[in-house]
Amino acid sequence: MNQDISQELQQQVKEAITHQQQLNIVAGNSKQFLGRLPQGETLDIGKHTGIVNYEPVELVITVRAGTRIKELSDTLAEHGQMLAFEPPMYKGAATIGGTVAASSSGPGRPYLGSVRDYVLGVKMLNGQGEIVRFGGAVMKNVAGYDLSRLMVGAMGTLGILLEVSLKVLPIHSRVLTTTKYVPEAEALELMSRWAALSLPLTASFYSGNRLYFRLSGSGKAVDAAFEHIGGELLSEGCEHWASLREHTYRFFHAENSGDNPSRRLWRLSVPPTSVPIALKGKKIIEWGGAQHWLLSDEAPEIIFQACANIGGHASLFRGSATDRAAEVYQPLTPSLFALHQNIKRACDPHGIFNPGRLYAEL
Amino acid sequence: MQSNNAKPNAEETRGCSPSLSKSALLTELCRILPTSSVLSAEEDLRPYECDALSAYRQIPLIVVLPDTIEQVQQVMALCYAHHVPVVARGAGTGLSGGALPIADGIVLSLAKFMSILQIDPMARTANVQPGVRNSAISAAVSEYQLYYAPDPSSQIACTIGGNVAENSGGVHCLKYGLTVHNILQVKMVNMQGELITLGSQALDTNGYDLLALITGSEGMLGVIVEVTVRLLPKPARAQVMLIAFDAVEKAGNAVNKIIAAGIIPAGLELMDKLAIRAAEDFVQVGYPLDAEAILLCELDGSHEEVSEHTVTVKQLMLECDAIEVRTARDEAERLAFWKGRKAAFPAVGRLAPDYYCMDGTIPRKHLAHVLKRINELSTEYDLPVANVFHAGDGNLHPLILYDANTPGELARTEAFGDKILELCVQVGGCITGEHGVGIEKINQMHHQFNSQELAQFHAIKYAFDPRNMLNPGKAVPTPKRCSEYKTLPNIKSEKRQMS
Repeated sequence: MNQDISQELQQQVKEAITHQQQLNIVAGNSKQFLGRLPQGETLDIGKHTGIVNYEPVELVITVRAGTRIKELSDTLAEHGQMLAFEPPMYKGAATIGGTVAASSSGPGRPYLGSVRDYVLGVKMLNGQGEIVRFGGAVMKNVAGYDLSRLMVGAMGTLGILLEVSLKVLPIHSRVLTTTKYVPEAEALELMSRWAALSLPLTASFYSGNRLYFRLSGSGKAVDAAFEHIGGELLSEGCEHWASLREHTYRFFHAENSGDNPSRRLWRLSVPPTSVPIALKGKKIIEWGGAQHWLLSDEAPEIIFQACANIGGHASLFRGSATDRAAEVYQPLTPSLFALHQNIKRACDPHGIFNPGRLYAEL
Repeated sequence: MQSNNAKPNAEETRGCSPSLSKSALLTELCRILPTSSVLSAEEDLRPYECDALSAYRQIPLIVVLPDTIEQVQQVMALCYAHHVPVVARGAGTGLSGGALPIADGIVLSLAKFMSILQIDPMARTANVQPGVRNSAISAAVSEYQLYYAPDPSSQIACTIGGNVAENSGGVHCLKYGLTVHNILQVKMVNMQGELITLGSQALDTNGYDLLALITGSEGMLGVIVEVTVRLLPKPARAQVMLIAFDAVEKAGNAVNKIIAAGIIPAGLELMDKLAIRAAEDFVQVGYPLDAEAILLCELDGSHEEVSEHTVTVKQLMLECDAIEVRTARDEAERLAFWKGRKAAFPAVGRLAPDYYCMDGTIPRKHLAHVLKRINELSTEYDLPVANVFHAGDGNLHPLILYDANTPGELARTEAFGDKILELCVQVGGCITGEHGVGIEKINQMHHQFNSQELAQFHAIKYAFDPRNMLNPGKAVPTPKRCSEYKTLPNIKSEKRQMS
């Protein structure tokens, strides 16, 4: 699909400003479950699609925000390239706009970088209904404040993304997965130890006493690294990492299994070498120890506090409508929150974009 | 280089002038800081009148050198209360005049914040004060086989606080990213004197990505007082190849060929004939003097990967008509290859009384076209130009040679530079890849941004610094300056074509 509806979208935003109508920005609707409950009238950017510019040798692709990650990845793959931050595709529905807004990065994140590390520039509708561009389509650009990376993870509260320029990378020619059974403390130690060596590590995972590493790169480098770190080769490695990327891994379904429907799924982002987090519930560990997924019925305040104590933060990844009416992202300090409100006013003075999706008062 | 163009006028951008006399301000500052940390005599202020862009000079009212975060907070709160503008300064190695003082304002030097507070080899992070030199970080973590990747050419002198403020790059950014990709957390003091932590020790943070926003904000949003950097494992092996061509276009095409083969070199630098000769005359590293251009291609990683890629690159370069492909035989030769590149700026500097370094970035496919056009402009403006640059990421550094003592030559140089930046934007690039806008390129911001975009930048500035007292007049032109500049002859503010 290739369609530019930016003029229509601009018109809709201008009307929303005139009528003080709050907007709920939607594209593929695959991340409806994320953040606080959406409110406002739906503004659909899912039809604003297509690759605007792609020259593989530049390592840059510019796409309209409604373009599906699946289509984008397929196009890149035809030229031996990829989105190194491995965003989930959510059955083909996920779009690049939603991916940027929600900052969705996959298993390779600690080794290859996150969404914001690959965003080079954006074209967007700001809160005045103006179409503006920040950043660009080149690797290095320090002119003006970095408003394009500011959009990453802002949950659509600062503007409507129209186009995104991304850095892309060559696909690794060889990928293998190795596993071993070790206790948690040892697993975390190994994750840090191997990451401190010059090895082609591109993902790590720990669940149920089993530690997994992914090695990717040139053929010989991967084989040599496998010899170095050892373990048992996992033949269905690609499927394993895809299930983590897509959140289809069995752990992610546990909350729907009926045995304890009140359990919430939390994403804990913590320093990779933190002491084991003493919170009730089931967990799996990704990102070299820096991302824990926790299924727990512990109160949100307790989870937020436990993460704050070790210099990390928590966000509710899946919860009930009641849960999502409260704060789902870890509260900010008062001075930081005041700054957030100032920035929100700077970008969206009429307060129409995704109000309350990130924080209740934002 | 002397210029009277575009001097910042603090009054132009602030609503209010300081409400304290210099002597009253001195008294107040000496309540916060030891008297030895408050400079006010002209001979003490002189070293702070400019940064590495010496064309723009201004003696500040007072210079302060705090050594604790609390002192910074108190100084900021005092200045805020009395409408005294503040310019933060690291090592003063900036190339765009970002640290140019303001006549009625203070310079806040971070030079005393020189401690590496903590190194965590397991988490691969270092927590450092802003005045720590870039290369000192890598030196301090070397025993753990780790290093800090961004390596601006000034790395032996520039400080990490300044690197964050400018989002500094370097030779290795194509593979390892800029400063923004290599830091986790920044503590900053805002104009009101509050200490705010941006980012975290985890890989991401709740709320907006203010760490990205503060990076490259050129001292306009806050004073950086502490930085946590990410460290990377030293590659098991690094190999440099020196590849010579008989035409610059062939070198440009060869760059694309390497990347098209799926190889991301750690560094990929291009030097043209004038630069090669200047470097060779200066440091004698054996560069081929018959070449029109050379590429330096560094491959790093595991032994196996480097060997594999070296063979591939050598083959590709021969296919691209290289007249010579040399592979450094050992570490000494690798360092020699780089020595010529690292000495290129001072080497070119020996060819003329003055040189002016540009910093535009372009999509690589336009490399050959842009280099050709720069040469035509060189003839048109009758000023020689040498090219030494980060070819892998399209970041050009044309060095215009001139003599400031020849009447009119500086103005011609600036006009030539402006044309180059306009050209960079026209082909889809930007006016600055790593040196920042500062005061130097403030007028060229119009080539890249329209008035709505500039207004959005001002709104962001207002969110952090509503009284516009932190480094006022830099990085983003005021609407007034916009309208004045647009009425100048020969200036087109055509918008770039991003898509």
